[in-house]
Amino acid sequence: MSMVFAPCLTETTAPTTHAQPAWSPYDNNGGTCVAIAGEDYCVIAADTRMSTGFSILIRNYSKIHQITEKSVLASSGFQADIRALQKNLDARHQIYQHQHNKQMSCPAMAQLLSNTLYYKRFFPYYAFNVLGGLDNEGRGCVYSYDAVGSYERSGYSSQGTGMQLIMPVLDNQLKSASPLVLPLQKSTTPLSEFEAVDLVKDTFASAAERDIYTGDAVEIVIINREGVRRELMDLKRD
Amino acid sequence: MLDLRVLEPCSLQSSLAACADSQVLGTAPPTFKLPAVADLDGFQKAAVQMVKPAKGTTTLAFVFKHGVIVAADSRASMGNYISSQTVKKILEINRYLLGTMAGGAADCQFWQRNLGTRCRLHELANKRRISVAGASKLLANTLYSYRGMGLSMGTMIAGWDESGPGLYYVDSEGGRVEGKRFSVGSGSTYAYGVLDTGFRFDMTVDEAVELARRAIYHATFRDGASGGVASVYYVGPQGFKKMSGDDVGELHYKYYPVPEATVEAEMEDVTTS
Repeated sequence: MSMVFAPCLTETTAPTTHAQPAWSPYDNNGGTCVAIAGEDYCVIAADTRMSTGFSILIRNYSKIHQITEKSVLASSGFQADIRALQKNLDARHQIYQHQHNKQMSCPAMAQLLSNTLYYKRFFPYYAFNVLGGLDNEGRGCVYSYDAVGSYERSGYSSQGTGMQLIMPVLDNQLKSASPLVLPLQKSTTPLSEFEAVDLVKDTFASAAERDIYTGDAVEIVIINREGVRRELMDLKRD
Repeated sequence: MLDLRVLEPCSLQSSLAACADSQVLGTAPPTFKLPAVADLDGFQKAAVQMVKPAKGTTTLAFVFKHGVIVAADSRASMGNYISSQTVKKILEINRYLLGTMAGGAADCQFWQRNLGTRCRLHELANKRRISVAGASKLLANTLYSYRGMGLSMGTMIAGWDESGPGLYYVDSEGGRVEGKRFSVGSGSTYAYGVLDTGFRFDMTVDEAVELARRAIYHATFRDGASGGVASVYYVGPQGFKKMSGDDVGELHYKYYPVPEATVEAEMEDVTTS
């Protein structure tokens, strides 16, 4: 199954400067993802622009994927790797359902995603993921990942090209006491579901102003005890 | 990519034994696919620079009269960006064993979880808890087999076993060293300064916790890649206990309070009639 990705360079002469590779297996399709965990809801959002270099490929591409009843994955980075990752997780979830006769919980899926990413430690998925959903007690949970699988549960997160624009705004609005501080304090936001969705819309509108890869529209998925619902808000298309 | 061996029917006893029995049980090391590239090192370097896995830290651990103290900060940085201020860098392998995280966050999380699994299997197979020396050796041997492949881990395994307190430093070069005092990470030099100055073997538990907390605080003060919350754990004969978790910003004003400045009496507003 292995394919040759780079031409084999046989060194017949003394090596000179390091040549630029002719082909890279990776590309960055841009985009930003955000998730906010609430007391009994979780909001997951991502813009719908897919780019390559300075070109826009698609204006209405969904970066959000619902894996289980209670978990939703939003990923930015290289969409081909992300598609492969989503299919991998779907297949593993199907097997789990056949073996255990129930759906995977969000914390379980979070661990599975971490392991799946780490198994490609030496040829990583170029994917920056945010997993959002409801935990076993019905509380919102957000897990954010780096490309090789290190993960952490938090009250909110953003990943992608607009991450550095959006995260400070979320910190300003939502930051609460660290879960590592003793005595322990809650980490879900006190915002209501409506306020959280509003905040997400505002942050994306701002990110679209200053990040070339973020724009066109933002797709927002809200999970609560009633189920899953979607909203779509237009963003600047420039 | 998808391991469908889990679908194999379990009724075939022999087939289970034949086909990767240790894979199913979890004792065999996980298998990793490698990119089919001429220059693997160059590819790894480029991949690491591109994905910027989270790292940067200060961790420390020391043995004293009453047991082992383990402390760490909680910042993770991806290049110049602080990706998290709330990372758990002290990983609870089991009730008597703690591991610290320094270097690549994913590497530490994955391999220490794997270590926890293997320690549990050891308990089941041998009907007794694994020693700190044994646990650290398991990890070191695993990391040695991946030597040169770009894993980045500088971890301390601390715990209490039948022979008392134990502390080992294990790293991704395959090194494993026993010791009484270690600090690992980008802020380690700052932590060593405070730790070595204040250390006495016969400290009380509270004094030891305070020393560790101060050492982490001073490292976060000077090292940009360290910060967040200073967590301190104590491992004794009864197992580990988290002793404190303090935001280092607040610790700063606790150790160095700002003296109140004298304020001139302000002139009252004169009302004009």
